[in-house]
Amino acid sequence: MKVLAAMSGGVDSAVAAARAVEAGHDVTGVHLALSKNPQTYRSGARGCCSVEDAHDARRAADVLRIPFYVWDLSDRFAAEVVNDFIAEYAAGHTPNPCLRCNEKIKFSAVLDRGVALGFDAVCTGHYARLIRSGDDVELHRAVDASKDQSYVLGVLNQDQLRRSYFPLGSTLKADVRAEARNRSLAVADKPDSHDICFIANGDTAGFLEQKLGHRPGDIVDMAGAKVGEHAGSHQFTVGQRRGLHLGQPAADGQPRFVLAITPTTNTITVGPRDALAVSMISAIRPTWTGQAPSAEWAGEVQVRAHGLAMPANVRVHADGLHVILDSAATGVAPGQALVLYEGSRVIGSATISAAQA
Amino acid sequence: MGRIYLDHAATTPMVPEAVEAMTRELTRVGNASSLHASGRSARRVVEESREAIAAQVGASPAELIFTSGGTESDNLAIKGAFWSGAQVGRRQVVTSTIEHHAVLDSVAWLGHSGSAEVSHIPVDPAGRVDLSVLAGTVDTRTALVSVMWANNEVGTLQPVRQIATLAREHGAISHSDAVQAVGHIEVDFSASELDLLSFTAHKLGGPYGIGALLARRELRLAPILHGGGQERDVRSGTLDVAATAGFAAALEIATKKRVEEEHRIRQLRTELVNSVHAAVPWAVVHGAAAEDDRLPGIANLGFPGCSADAILMLLDAAGIDCSTGAACSAGVSQPSHVLIAMGYSEADARSALRFSLGHSSTLADVHALVAALPEAVRRAKAAAAFA
Repeated sequence: MKVLAAMSGGVDSAVAAARAVEAGHDVTGVHLALSKNPQTYRSGARGCCSVEDAHDARRAADVLRIPFYVWDLSDRFAAEVVNDFIAEYAAGHTPNPCLRCNEKIKFSAVLDRGVALGFDAVCTGHYARLIRSGDDVELHRAVDASKDQSYVLGVLNQDQLRRSYFPLGSTLKADVRAEARNRSLAVADKPDSHDICFIANGDTAGFLEQKLGHRPGDIVDMAGAKVGEHAGSHQFTVGQRRGLHLGQPAADGQPRFVLAITPTTNTITVGPRDALAVSMISAIRPTWTGQAPSAEWAGEVQVRAHGLAMPANVRVHADGLHVILDSAATGVAPGQALVLYEGSRVIGSATISAAQA
Repeated sequence: MGRIYLDHAATTPMVPEAVEAMTRELTRVGNASSLHASGRSARRVVEESREAIAAQVGASPAELIFTSGGTESDNLAIKGAFWSGAQVGRRQVVTSTIEHHAVLDSVAWLGHSGSAEVSHIPVDPAGRVDLSVLAGTVDTRTALVSVMWANNEVGTLQPVRQIATLAREHGAISHSDAVQAVGHIEVDFSASELDLLSFTAHKLGGPYGIGALLARRELRLAPILHGGGQERDVRSGTLDVAATAGFAAALEIATKKRVEEEHRIRQLRTELVNSVHAAVPWAVVHGAAAEDDRLPGIANLGFPGCSADAILMLLDAAGIDCSTGAACSAGVSQPSHVLIAMGYSEADARSALRFSLGHSSTLADVHALVAALPEAVRRAKAAAAFA
C-alpha cells in the first residue's frame, strides 16, 4: 500500500518508517512542521518542532531512500492543539495535548490530506498494536508496557484505525534503538522527547502565565476559609501537592493537595490526600474505537497517560459516561482522558468532566 | 527510473564540454598563485578562462572577479560597494521587491546593521520594476541600486539599462543579479551601463561552486573575504582552476548555441503552457505576456485552489522534478515573495509551480508533464479541503 510515514526526527518514527519500507510498502516520509518560528538552537530539551528535528527526519528518509517532504501544519496545530491547551487550562482543566494532536492533526488533518493525495495509511512510531479481527481493526496496548501509547490513541475511531499503521507495537524500546543502530539511522541514540513539544523549555507554568497573564487568587480549604494565595489557577492540576506555598501548616499536620480548581472565582481548593479519593467519574464526548459498548459496561479505565488501569463499571448514556470505580482513586483531573480497556484492547475514550467520592 | 527534469532554473546539467574541461584540469597540480611552472600553468588556465568568460559577456578580463557563485557575487557587489567608501555621504540602497534572497537579505542586513537606508521598488502585475517609482526614489543620497536582470521565479526581464542609466545620472552605483540571464539571453556588460553584474556557472551548464562578479575597473570594492589577495585583492582564496575551466567551456558553448537554443526553448515553453492549458484549462500563467519581456525557459503556472506543495509531491512521485519557486524555512515553503509583490494573494502564491526548461529539455519532457499533471492537480484539489 501507499504509506505516509510521519517522521518527527526521533528514533521511533524513523524505525517505523524503515519497517514500512521493509514490508514492501510504497513509503513517503513527511515531517510535520507544527510551529511557525522554530528555534534553531536549543540546549538539552528536544521536541518535535525544531529545525534539527526536521533535519534528522530528512536524514533518516535519505537513509531509507524514500521521498521526504515537510508539511506545514502550524496554523492547524495552533488552532486545534495550542489554543485548546490554553483554553482548557483557563477553564480549570488539565488537557492532554498529545492526545489532542493525534485526534485533530496526525489522524485527522494529515490522514485526510494523505488519503486525498492517494495514500492508504499513515504510519507513526507510536507504541500500540493494531489487530485485525474480521473486518474490524482493534487497538491494543503495546508489548512494551513502559512505552505503551494506546492511551493517547484511544480517541481514534474505526475509520482512523483502519488507515493507521503502528509498526512498533510489538517491540521493546531498547530493541528499536538497537535496530536503528543496525540500520545506520543517526537518530539511534537521540534522547526521547518527554515534554510538550510546543513548550520548548519545558516550563509549562511560564508558558501559561505568558498566555493567560498573572492572575492571582485565593487558595481555600474545604470549608472555604482562605489559607493562601496563588499566582494563577492555570498553574495547578487536581492532585498536585508542590508549589502551593502555604504558609500555615494544616491543623492535622498532613500535607495538602489541590482538590479542585474553580476558574469562575479563580480559587484553588486544597485538602488532605483522603479528600482526593474519588470513585465516581463523569466523562463527556465519548469516542469508540469500534462498536459502542452496551449501556452497562464493565472493564478497566485509565485516567492518566502513565496511570494504572482500574476496574470499573460504566454506564453509557447519550451525552457521556458515568463511571464507578471498584476502589477509590486519586489524581483524577477534569480535562484528562478516561480510556476504557478490555484487557489490552482499547474500547474508547472520553474527557473527564467531574469526579466525586 | 529516468527523471523528467523541469527545474533548470534551480540548476541545469553540466554540458559535456564543461565536464571534459574540468576533468582535464582536475588531474593536474598547481596553485594559481604559485611562482613555479606548475603554478604558472594553473594561472594560465585561470586567465584563459577569465578572458573567455569576459569575452562572452561584453566585459574586459580585468573586470571579472571569480567568486564561489551567485550568492557571493551579490554579497560582494552590495556590501563591497556600500563599504568601499566610494559613496561618501550616501546611505540609501535601492532594490526591488522581487530580488533573489542573496540580494534582498544582503540589503536588509545593511539596513538592520544601521548603516543603510533601504528602499524597495514595487513591480507591476507582470513582475516588472516600476521605473517611475524608481525615478522618484533615486537621488543624490543613493549609494547603490540593485535590480535583477531577469526574475528567477516568473522569468520577467527588467529594464536594467534604464535603471543603470538613472543610477549613473545621480552618481549612484548600479548592480544587477544576472544569474538567470547569462548564457540564456544576450547580456552585454559594457552596453548595459551597469557598474556591477553577478552570474554563476551552474545555471548555464558549468559546475557548482564558481561564479563571477563583473565590476568596472574604476569601481572600488571593499573585500568580503580577506587573505591572500587573489582576484585584485578583492576576493582572497585559492582559485578552483578546474572550475574556472568548466565555467568558461560551458559559457562558450552556451553563447555559441544561444540564438538557436533560445528559439528552441521558447517554442518548448509555448508548447508547455499551451498543453497545460489544454489539460487544465483553469491554470493561470504568471509573469510577462510578451515573449520579449521574459526568459526563454521559465513557465510559472498557478493552479488556484490547489497547494503547489501537494502537486509538486505528486509530480515528484510520477518522476517529474519541478519547483514551487518559493523560499524554504526549515523545509517549510513560504508563499513566493515575488508573486505577492506582483499583487497575488497568499493563497494564489501558494498555488504556483515553476517549470523551467534548459539545454537538455525535449518535447518528450513536456508530454510527460502533461500526462501526469491532470491527475496530480485533481488529487491536490481534493486534498485542499484538508490543507
